[in-house]
Formats: sequence, C-alpha cells, structure tokens
Amino acid sequence: MAGSGTSHLRQHEDVVLRVENLTVEFPAKGGKVVHAVSGISFDVLRGETLGLVGESGCGKSTTGRALLQLPAPTGGSVQLDGEELTSLNRSAMTSRRTDIQMIFQDPISSLNPRRTIGKIVAEPLDVWGPKAEDEQWKLVSEILDAVGIDPDSARYKRPHEYSGGQCQRISIARALVMEPKVIICDEPVSALDVSVQAQILNMLEDLKAKYGLTLVFIAHDLAVVKNISDRVAVMYLGKMCEISESDELYARPAHPYTRLLMDSHPEPNPNAEIDESVVLGGEIPSPINPPSGCRFRTRCPFADERCATEEPTMTMVSEGHYVACHHPLAEAS
Amino acid sequence: MVEARWSPGGTSTCWEGVALSSVDGSSSTPLLSVRNLRTHFDVGGHAVKAVDGVSFDVHEGMTLGVVGESGSGKTVLSRSIMGINTASNASTTGSVRYNGTELIGKSKRELRDFWGEEMAMVFQDPMTSLNPVVRIGRQLTEHLRAHKKMSKAAATELAIQLLTWVRIPEPEQRLSNYPHQMSGGMRQRVCIAIALACSPNLLFADEPTTALDVTVQHQILNLLSQQQSERKMGMVLVTHDLGVVATRTDEIAVMYAGKIVEKASTSTLFSDMRHPYTQSLFWSIPKTSEPKHTRLSAIVGRPPNLAALPVGCSFADRCPYVQPICREVEPELTTDSTHSFACHLPVGSADADAALSSNIAQGLAQSEAAAIRRDAQTGASA
Repeated sequence: MAGSGTSHLRQHEDVVLRVENLTVEFPAKGGKVVHAVSGISFDVLRGETLGLVGESGCGKSTTGRALLQLPAPTGGSVQLDGEELTSLNRSAMTSRRTDIQMIFQDPISSLNPRRTIGKIVAEPLDVWGPKAEDEQWKLVSEILDAVGIDPDSARYKRPHEYSGGQCQRISIARALVMEPKVIICDEPVSALDVSVQAQILNMLEDLKAKYGLTLVFIAHDLAVVKNISDRVAVMYLGKMCEISESDELYARPAHPYTRLLMDSHPEPNPNAEIDESVVLGGEIPSPINPPSGCRFRTRCPFADERCATEEPTMTMVSEGHYVACHHPLAEAS
Repeated sequence: MVEARWSPGGTSTCWEGVALSSVDGSSSTPLLSVRNLRTHFDVGGHAVKAVDGVSFDVHEGMTLGVVGESGSGKTVLSRSIMGINTASNASTTGSVRYNGTELIGKSKRELRDFWGEEMAMVFQDPMTSLNPVVRIGRQLTEHLRAHKKMSKAAATELAIQLLTWVRIPEPEQRLSNYPHQMSGGMRQRVCIAIALACSPNLLFADEPTTALDVTVQHQILNLLSQQQSERKMGMVLVTHDLGVVATRTDEIAVMYAGKIVEKASTSTLFSDMRHPYTQSLFWSIPKTSEPKHTRLSAIVGRPPNLAALPVGCSFADRCPYVQPICREVEPELTTDSTHSFACHLPVGSADADAALSSNIAQGLAQSEAAAIRRDAQTGASA
C-alpha cells in the first residue's frame, strides 16, 4: 500500500472528477509536518459512486474536504468537469462550490440550532440562487419533499425537533438544493441506528437516480461502502492501497490491508469464522513520521526489505482492479 | 416448515411468573438471575419506562448478547443490574440475584463489595470513562488497594501484569502515562484491564467497541473472549451490532422499547428468527456477502416514545405483519425450552404469512420491504 502512481486513472469522456497526486500537509509542533494525504489519485465518472474506506486517521475525510478546497490541498490537482479547482481564486471557487457539495457525519451539529429548517435549506440559495422568498420556498419545499420531510410542518421548526436520521435528511436537502454535480458524503450514516441507516442509504440511491448525482462516499464500514458504491478505494495512512469495482474488490482483495479490514469486519452470521489470533498491534503509525517505502509495512505480514526501501505503485491485477503492493495476494490474479 | 414448532397455548410461561428457570435449560444455579426488572424514570410526572419487565439468566463462562437500537433500554438495563443508575428520578424494581444474593435494595456502600470484585463493567466510550488528570497506574491500582488491601508495590506489580494481559506494549512506562497519551484502542484495553483487576466473575461490556475502528474492534473482542474463557467469567455483551454478537455470544436477547422481545441461543436466533423486529433488524443491515446496490429493507419510522407507549405491541407501527390484535393486546413472552418471543404473529407461522399477504395487498408502507424480500426469496427458490 502506501502506493502512488496514476495507472488506474481512466481515459473516459464522462470523467466528472479527476484527482491527481493530491497532497495535504499540515504544520505540526517543532517545524514538523503531518502528512495527512500523500499523493493519491482517483477519478469518478458521471453518475458513479466512489467509496473511500479506511481506518480513522487514514486521510479519507481530509481527502473529501480537499476536493472542496477546504482547505486547499498542498499539492496535486483536482479537476471538476475538466476545470482545475486548485488554481481558482477565492471568489471563483465560491461559485464552483454550487457544483460540489458536502454532507457531514454528525447530522445534529452540522445544522445551526437557532435557525429554522426553511432557512437552513434556503441558505445556499441566499448566496447562489433566487433571492425572492417565495421562489426560494418553492425550491426548498420540493427538495424537502424529495428527502421525505414534510415541507409545511418543517418550515418553521428547528433542528432539535427532529431525530438524527431526519436531521441527516435535512442536511442532504441542503446539499441538493444547489443541484450539485458531485456530493461528498463524509460518514453520513455512521452516527445513525442500523434501521435509520438503511432508510438513508436507500434514499441516497433513489436521489442518485432521480437527480443524476455523482457521489464520493467516505465511510469506515465495509458493508455500507460495498452496498452503495460502484467502485471502492481503500486508503491507509494518506496513501491509496487498492481500487476496484466493488464486487470484485470484496471477492478478491489483492492488498494485505484490504484483506485485514475484511477479516475484521463482523458479519451477522453465527457460522462466520473468526481469526482469534489477532489481539496485538495494529496501531496506525504517526502521519508525522510515516514509515519509509510502503506505509503499511509495519503491520504487514508479508513485508520484506524491498517494502522498506521502495514504494509500491499502482499496478493492474485484472481489468479495472489496481493494487499498490509488492506482494499482492495470490487469489487476486 | 417452522410453523409446527410454534404452539400458542402449550408452552407459554407467564411473563410475571416464577417458573422461568427452564429458559436456559440448565439446572445449575445461574451466576446472575434477573427477574422482572423495571427501571422507570420520572420525567415531568410521566414514567419513562426504560426497562420494563426484563428477565434472564447468565451462567458461569457464558456470554449473553443484548441487542437493540438506541433508546431500547439496553444500557439502562446493564446499569440497573450493576446498581449505578445515579439519577435521582430513577426507580428500579424487580429482582437481581447474583450467586443467590439479592442486589436490588442494597445501599451503595453494600454494593461496593460487589463492584470490581464480583461484577465489573467496561463502558462504551474509552475517551470519557478514564479520569483525564490521573495517571493510568493510579487508575489501575486504586481499587486493588481498596478492595484487596494490597501494598503499593504489590498493586503496581499486578498492574503491570494486567497491562501485559491486555497486550499493551511497554507496560512499565505506560503506568506513568495520562489517558490522552494513548490511542482509543489502548484506552479501551486499559478500561478492560481495570475491569479485570479484581478478577470479577461477571463482566458487563456496554458497547465496548462501538467507538473503535474495525481492526481494533476485532482485537478487543478477541481479547475479551480469551480473558473470559481463561477466567470462566460470565459476560453480558451489550451492542447495537448484530455482527458483533453473531460470533461472540452463546445466547442473544433482543430488546425493543424496554422489553426483551426475543431470546434464544445464538445459532437458533439467526437460523430461526421468530420476532418481526429481529427479522427486520437483520434485514436492514448491509452485508458484504450481498452484491453492491442491494436494496436494503429499512424499518419504517422510529422507536416509540418510552414515556407514551402505544397500547398493544410497541413494534406495531413499524411491523410488516401488523394486525388489529397487535394494537389492542400486548403480546406476552412465550417460552419453550430454547426460544422465547413476544409476538401474536411470529415469523414463519401461517398467521404471519396471511397477515403479510393482506398487508401487502392493502399497500401498507411498513410491509413493502418485507414484500420485496419475500419476492426475492420465492424468486430464488423457484
């Protein structure tokens, strides 16, 4: 893992989002640097859902935010419909944000508790939409209806009058009201109960079909990511390990880290085999001083000298399935 | 056909009754025996029935999984048994017998002899359950010194051993650490070490891995089951995740709105779900074994308000099989030797099939998901 390279990028006319060598670094105490995201590349086709999966601290949320230039990445390129976003100035970027919106993890704290639902969902329109209140309300009520919130009763209510699942629907409405091309969903269902999670995932699929949305779906739950994504990218410590069409990835993981994640995932099946041997280790190294070569080598059972000196690059294991590893798992090939 | 196993009158045992020892099919005295436990909170004159008549047994060396959505009362249940519901508006009634000793009604001072030494608890959030301004070493040795009257040196030695057991590297150095110097997974391991310090016979683990990454979750659960089998502890594993309980428990109790709605051995529960809530919960989970974009069978609506529970079955408003009787009569927990469930129309019975068909014909929204599942199943078998 810990791989770089761009061989997995597709030459397709319908690429809506293209990210190349994206790097995000933050300054740390004592002149050190946090290498949050280190040269990752991916692309998303129109109408496609890309899942980004990995442990906490792997840089998946930072990647999502860097796409929106919040904050702008330290290096690399982000192209939306062929337009480079990293070189835009502040006001030009503000206008482009109508095309790329975000949904956050905690539905309750991402809504202003003192404003009414009507105002919260209309807020993006105050910046980039019709200003007249009745025109705004027409759009807002349409969107609220689409996400399963009764517009007329919601208009003057405030977020505390809604449950977590309903607040997440309202956040989705706020993102949709701009008619964006791409929505970045940052762990949108991880704070919700499983029954509500299923409602929101089904709704996202419906909205995707209805509005022709393209999604980047960030989550740590492998089953959730598989359910919603067309393609899945696995991240570890700021690097991309593996990317593939999702059924293929889950059937034949090629990267030892992908395999580790899958073996750790608890399936609701009492006959599933558990690997009882794992009780130790598994601490993710510090992104201030990441391991040389392959960043996963400190936890990898197959690591050797080459992994310490030479960083693996993305190589194809089968059609559309790429892995960055010197010792890809055999069953993939 | 599963239907034959269900006999409405025959084996039913009164919920309030005493003859519940056959539930576990074991004659030995259970380590923990909970009968008809109720915890109600008085909120503005209304009783919030967080736990409402719960009974179960936990035997030595066995694990009971308690599953439910948030607000189902599973956390209040474990806190009530431990006697640590500190809210002044809470009232707990019923019976909790630990090795034959009644715990309900004991004062905090009396319960102190049980906490730590006999029964211990691991809490959900490793970030807040450790004191941030006290070093790990003192938090570990505190109750060893109090309960076991150990010398400082002996307690420190045992603390190092405990940290080694829970696989914390360099335990000597870690003793002088503060919680913020450790990762979430390590802190949860410290919490487990604290819980295990006085060798309890019964461990409550309340969502012990919910705040952690899957890889760390896997390690912590392995660690808990190893320590459990070495020490022959009884364990109650409380979680919202059916995946976590599937492979880690001997028995599972499913809670909904403060009550146990279904209880069976883990293999029976997964192979022969009888309560519509258990089935709906299972269906709503995405699974890695299913192909991408598999339509999830979401449960419509939300859990009921515990301060104003509906008449009849509290799952009625969300149940695909709902019939008029469900809104009139509250179903009792029917029990045969291995399986308990509280439902008028248990899944797999002919009545339930007929109810589902008529609900689908009427276009009832809450039956839609079940209809899709049923069509998929008949399609697959055809």
